[in-house]
Amino acid sequence: MFFLIIKRILLGLITLIIVSLITFAGTEVLPGDACTTYLEREAYGAALEACYERLGLNIPAHERYLSWAYNVVQGDFGYSLSGQMPINEVLGPRVKNSMVLASAAIIIGIPIALILGIVTALWRDKLPDITISTVTIFAMTIPEFISATLLILVVAIWLEWLPGIVIVPTDVTITELLPNIILPVIAIAMIMTAHMARMVRSSVIQVMASDYVQMAILKGVPYWKMVFKHVLPNALLPAINVVALTIAWLLGGVVVTEVVFNYPGLGRLVIESISNRDLPTVQALAIILASIYVSINLIADLLTLMLNPRLKTLQIRK
Amino acid sequence: MEEIIQKVKNLSVGFKSQKGHEISILKNITTNIKKGETVGIVGESGSGKSTLALAMMGYVKQGLFTMDGECIFNSSDLLKMENRELEKIRGRKIAMIPQNAGQSLTPNLKIGYQIDEALKLHTKLNKSERDNKTSELLNKVRLPSPETIALRYPHELSGGQQQRVAVGMALAGNPDLLLLDEPTTGLDVTTQAHVLELLNFIAKDTGTSMVYVSHDLGAIAQVSDRIIVMYSGEIVLEGPARDILKQPVHPYTYGLLKSIPKLSLAGLPDSMPGSQPQPGMIQKGCSFYDRCNFAEDKCKKNSPNLEYVSELKTSVRCFNYKKLIEKKNDKNTKIKRNEKNIKINEILNLTDVSISYAKQKFLDQILNKITDTNPTVKDINININKGETLALVGESGSGKSTILKSIAGLLRTKEGKIKFDKDKILSNDLKKRNSSNLRAIQLIFQNPDESLNPNHTVEEILAQPLKLYFGLSGEELKKNIIELLEKVRLGKFYMTRYPRQLSGGEKQRVAVARAFAAKPDIILCDEVTSALDVSVQAAVLNLLQKLKEDFGTTYIFVSHDLAVVRAISDRVAVLYQGRLCEIGPSKNVYQFPSHPYTEVLLGAVLEPDPDIKPKLVAEDVVEERPPEKGCCFQGRCPRILGDKCKNETPPWQIGDNGNAIRCHISVEELKKNQI
Repeated sequence: MFFLIIKRILLGLITLIIVSLITFAGTEVLPGDACTTYLEREAYGAALEACYERLGLNIPAHERYLSWAYNVVQGDFGYSLSGQMPINEVLGPRVKNSMVLASAAIIIGIPIALILGIVTALWRDKLPDITISTVTIFAMTIPEFISATLLILVVAIWLEWLPGIVIVPTDVTITELLPNIILPVIAIAMIMTAHMARMVRSSVIQVMASDYVQMAILKGVPYWKMVFKHVLPNALLPAINVVALTIAWLLGGVVVTEVVFNYPGLGRLVIESISNRDLPTVQALAIILASIYVSINLIADLLTLMLNPRLKTLQIRK
Repeated sequence: MEEIIQKVKNLSVGFKSQKGHEISILKNITTNIKKGETVGIVGESGSGKSTLALAMMGYVKQGLFTMDGECIFNSSDLLKMENRELEKIRGRKIAMIPQNAGQSLTPNLKIGYQIDEALKLHTKLNKSERDNKTSELLNKVRLPSPETIALRYPHELSGGQQQRVAVGMALAGNPDLLLLDEPTTGLDVTTQAHVLELLNFIAKDTGTSMVYVSHDLGAIAQVSDRIIVMYSGEIVLEGPARDILKQPVHPYTYGLLKSIPKLSLAGLPDSMPGSQPQPGMIQKGCSFYDRCNFAEDKCKKNSPNLEYVSELKTSVRCFNYKKLIEKKNDKNTKIKRNEKNIKINEILNLTDVSISYAKQKFLDQILNKITDTNPTVKDINININKGETLALVGESGSGKSTILKSIAGLLRTKEGKIKFDKDKILSNDLKKRNSSNLRAIQLIFQNPDESLNPNHTVEEILAQPLKLYFGLSGEELKKNIIELLEKVRLGKFYMTRYPRQLSGGEKQRVAVARAFAAKPDIILCDEVTSALDVSVQAAVLNLLQKLKEDFGTTYIFVSHDLAVVRAISDRVAVLYQGRLCEIGPSKNVYQFPSHPYTEVLLGAVLEPDPDIKPKLVAEDVVEERPPEKGCCFQGRCPRILGDKCKNETPPWQIGDNGNAIRCHISVEELKKNQI
């Protein structure tokens, strides 16, 4: 078990190194570099040389990568080009804001998804199932930028209940942020919840049809006790990985939604820095998003391993 | 007057077809279960026997509904009861022992919890009393060290242990009636015999009534006082066990008993033609009409009623049962097998073959180093002559299928050589085998449902080997396919069908035809009949025998069913833990089993005869790995000598009857002390 965790963590680190190499190589191969972008028409002669000197671009690529990686490991992403300020300072509040948005969506979405999935499975083909399933399919199929726009139209413009876009400074406090995130959270949570609810539903249905559930019924176990003791633990286990994937997907969803709502998070920063050709920031963002992906999946795998007695003993035996 | 515990009255259960017709799968069942009695319900798959057993608990599977009738327990109808009331009866008054205990125990809950749950629901004991009771129950079902078993998860137990846990759990509520749904199917022969013996003991010890559902007449014969035979959702015969087994007066039961291969009798059993009608197919007349040898015109038009024959104390659903009474003295003398001499003409030779499932470590793989000193299969030396049927027998985990796979090239051997046709060495890498060697060896799998591609028609399935090995096409291809179908006794019209449109027996025939399409020299049969019903099994065995005679094919036949092996094989190799124990002509192996393991194995076989009891000589412990040194059977051997068996690998010795065995005790000695 211990070795397995170490192995998974090592694999995760290797993934991150590969990601950093690819992003670094990508920015290297692209025509033009940070200086030509920054200096635009003045990118020639002494100014360009000076810029190269300042940013250290005159050093060979592999050495630059190594020194960059060395700094990143110590938590220093260097300087952004556009703002001329340390990337860490740019990123800090953005990461926080995005986390607030994502966690709110997760905290609201997962319990709702579980409840909806279980209800639809237990009342399979009855009215609750038919209504909820229809709604979830709709929620799943509408892309978030459309549902977000529709939400703005209905809630913000027609009803005027909530602000349509977020106009706050980047380093806003959480309490100030809260009323602003309601609409973005709904937009993100909708698709995620629908996906998870369908997954939970099919998993519960599958377990309900298993021999051991029939056995529990024939043993005289009361219905709800059977559901909680015999069905749910076995049905939700495979759901953990799907939840992890959904959360990871959420990061992508956040990018689009943040732009629609003008939300000062990571997503908008991604778009901004790409359009500004702010390569150091793009690199930093790629690494950060990749590490979130990797760690969420790692956590999910370890959770499944810990909760599933079958896998646990298998590993010990080996 | 004996007390009646459960009364099933005019019970019909069915489902609604897509067109809205109501189709019954249980038709008008009436029977009583008496106190302290064990009733065996026997029938082939689809006969409705499990549905009947579940209805006796007031449980009807999803998609089915009760059309008519009642199941009365304690003067109330279980089928009309509310769930809350049923919860008080299920597990407490009536308990179920399921078919597949491995899948019927909840995987995330410990054994102790699952038994404790039943105790909590159905007794008034407090926590510490329940803990004691749990140990007591596990002890009663003869599980070693109950305290540790209670802390394990279901997957950490062997199949036999899981089944015992299920029995223990069913006994927790001290029920008046135990329903057993194929409780020993899927267990090894020795384990099966032990579980049955335990059930018999429990029936006597607790006085519980039992309903034992099985397709296996051998198991039914060992436990039942009374037998109910079901066919196509109806009771066709009901009466005292001994009479039914010794003198079956219904044509179906008569045929069924004849189609079971028997240990004491070499040769192939008679097969019954046809298969059970699908639910809803028979509108009028006797449902067995199509397959019956005694049928008359009236059987086609009128349905016979279940009639009580007082002189036999038996109820029978047949117009012509008297004809069968007359047939009484007609002992089954017909033995089809001609014991022809097989010429020594070696076609396949395995020399020192060993196979390992252990994954090589990365570094060892690069250095091509062999690390596993104790491989799953080791030291296999077998030669097979042309036209011979060699059977590999043994319990699960004995390596019989593993050997088959490595002959087919699906699994790499670790050491040793496989030689084909005297001088051609078969590579252990499938990709390096040439086309003619691949064609020469074909495989038939256990489960035709999984071995036939569901999206291909029978024509496409059979065309593949013909195209691949002989490059046939067009008219010629079609002609060959029709010929093949005729060989396996399927008509031309089967060509356009998909596997799902065929019955189990028909599917296996297609699989047989596919193997023969390659015109192979050797066919490897991996448990080819174990997924089939008894009557169908006999037909497939007969077909295989016929084809072998026509084509001179060689079979290597893997089976856990010793009676089937007896019926079809010329020579038998007995395997334990991937090591050969005994090999010899099947006649001799069955008559004078020399190796202690062969003796144990044969002793545990259940015969459909209440007078032949299995002999239980060794424990049914499951060993996970073969022992590092010494004899492979040392862990369970009833004749173990001590250190010699533990440290030295026994030598081969050849008895005067031609059996070669691997044992430290001399053949003469073993023969003298037969159990």
